[in-house]
Amino acid sequence: MTAPQAVVVGCSAGGLDALKILLGGLDPALPQAVLVCCHSGSDSVELLCELLGRACPLPVFEALERQPVRGGAVQLAPSGYHLLVEADRHFALSVDPRVCHARPSIDVLFTSAAEVWRDALVGVVLTGANADGADGLRQLRRLGGCAVVQSPSDAEAPAMPQAALDRAGADHCVTLEAIAPLLNRLCLP
Amino acid sequence: MSHEATEPAAADPGIEEIELELFVRAMQRRHGYDFSQYAPASLKRRVRQLATQLDCGTISALTGRALHDAGLLPKLLEGLSVPVSDMFRDPAVFRVLREQVLPVLASYPQINIWQAGCAHGEEVYSLAILLEEAGLYERSQIFATDLSTRALQHAREGIFPVREAQQWSRNYQAAGGSRSLADYYSARYGLLKLDQRLRRHVTFAQHNLVSDRVFCEAHLVLCRNVLIYFSNPLQDHCLQLFHDSLVRGGFLCLGLRESIDAAAASTDFAPVDAARRIYRRTGGEWRRP
Repeated sequence: MTAPQAVVVGCSAGGLDALKILLGGLDPALPQAVLVCCHSGSDSVELLCELLGRACPLPVFEALERQPVRGGAVQLAPSGYHLLVEADRHFALSVDPRVCHARPSIDVLFTSAAEVWRDALVGVVLTGANADGADGLRQLRRLGGCAVVQSPSDAEAPAMPQAALDRAGADHCVTLEAIAPLLNRLCLP
Repeated sequence: MSHEATEPAAADPGIEEIELELFVRAMQRRHGYDFSQYAPASLKRRVRQLATQLDCGTISALTGRALHDAGLLPKLLEGLSVPVSDMFRDPAVFRVLREQVLPVLASYPQINIWQAGCAHGEEVYSLAILLEEAGLYERSQIFATDLSTRALQHAREGIFPVREAQQWSRNYQAAGGSRSLADYYSARYGLLKLDQRLRRHVTFAQHNLVSDRVFCEAHLVLCRNVLIYFSNPLQDHCLQLFHDSLVRGGFLCLGLRESIDAAAASTDFAPVDAARRIYRRTGGEWRRP
């Protein structure tokens, strides 16, 4: 695996608290883009960005269509839209049908990011009550990316990390507290 | 690792890129539909899904079907066009249409509305209800267009799963609806059928934003979550098309997460409610380059 250029993170039930811990532990010098897909069920991604921005040393904002992916920043999928990354590293949105009952879908984000960054991508699956993210993580690994899965026993809702392990396996299966230090190690030279 | 043959996501992305290019070329040369200016990431997903749905193991196999099976075209267009929506999706937008846009449209003796990319017609019927409740429908004409003839047929019928009714009713109320949405449909056998009187001033027609021209002088153009599937040049082309169709001061309503700021044609629209993506055509004729 080459040095990562981006990190994708997916979470569902229990995701907000998990994201606060994960994003809160990131090194402020991280040069990579961090893209997050969270099934929040809320209409307001603005509020989510604000909550997470308080916990995270990197700027946190909503991913906007046609805008370039920004390094050194956390970018969240807007609610109600799938977030994709184009080959020229710009964001694209879609209102195609839900995947695993979810829009934004983690599978959609992971699959499109994996095709762009291939082996320079780290994917993280956190707590959640469905199987979204498992197929996406599998594709990410097939293309040489590095898979990090929260230990199901450590997750508020174990179904999603368990599905990811079953379907994709993982390069690292660790507790939530250990994920940020691991990402810092993987991402910083 | 085990791979399922039916899962096109397992294809090599480098090869798939070539396959996608060839598919796009086949659609253009064989059927005259040009998807080359669609945003690639979503187009690839949709083509992949079509390949899966039609039991083609690869996009190449789908291309073969697209070339040799002429009867497949409606199915292909359906899979590549705007996905279904909800009635009164993003209620705040319909509230602004009701409270700020319709009162202006009321000053015209005849109101023409173009909904570009109407899919199954959820928003067409929503508009018709807005106009009906504002007392403007008798002098209104809605042109509802889509690339997909199958979607248009669905829209004409106005039949939807009844499980949508609850959410749509909430949307209708949140959009400032003064009655009950149930006044506008009948429910039976798990389906709801919208009152067909609602389409008495709707013309459904096939129209391709890539290649077809302006066909009416519109006072309002709705095109929500369609341009997000287009590349920047095609987005700009469509904005020019809407500009050409709109009367001076006419309204344009886009999807809530669409950004037109970078498009050259965006200077020809002034925001009415920027957060709700509602704009007005500013003065001056469109300057063809």
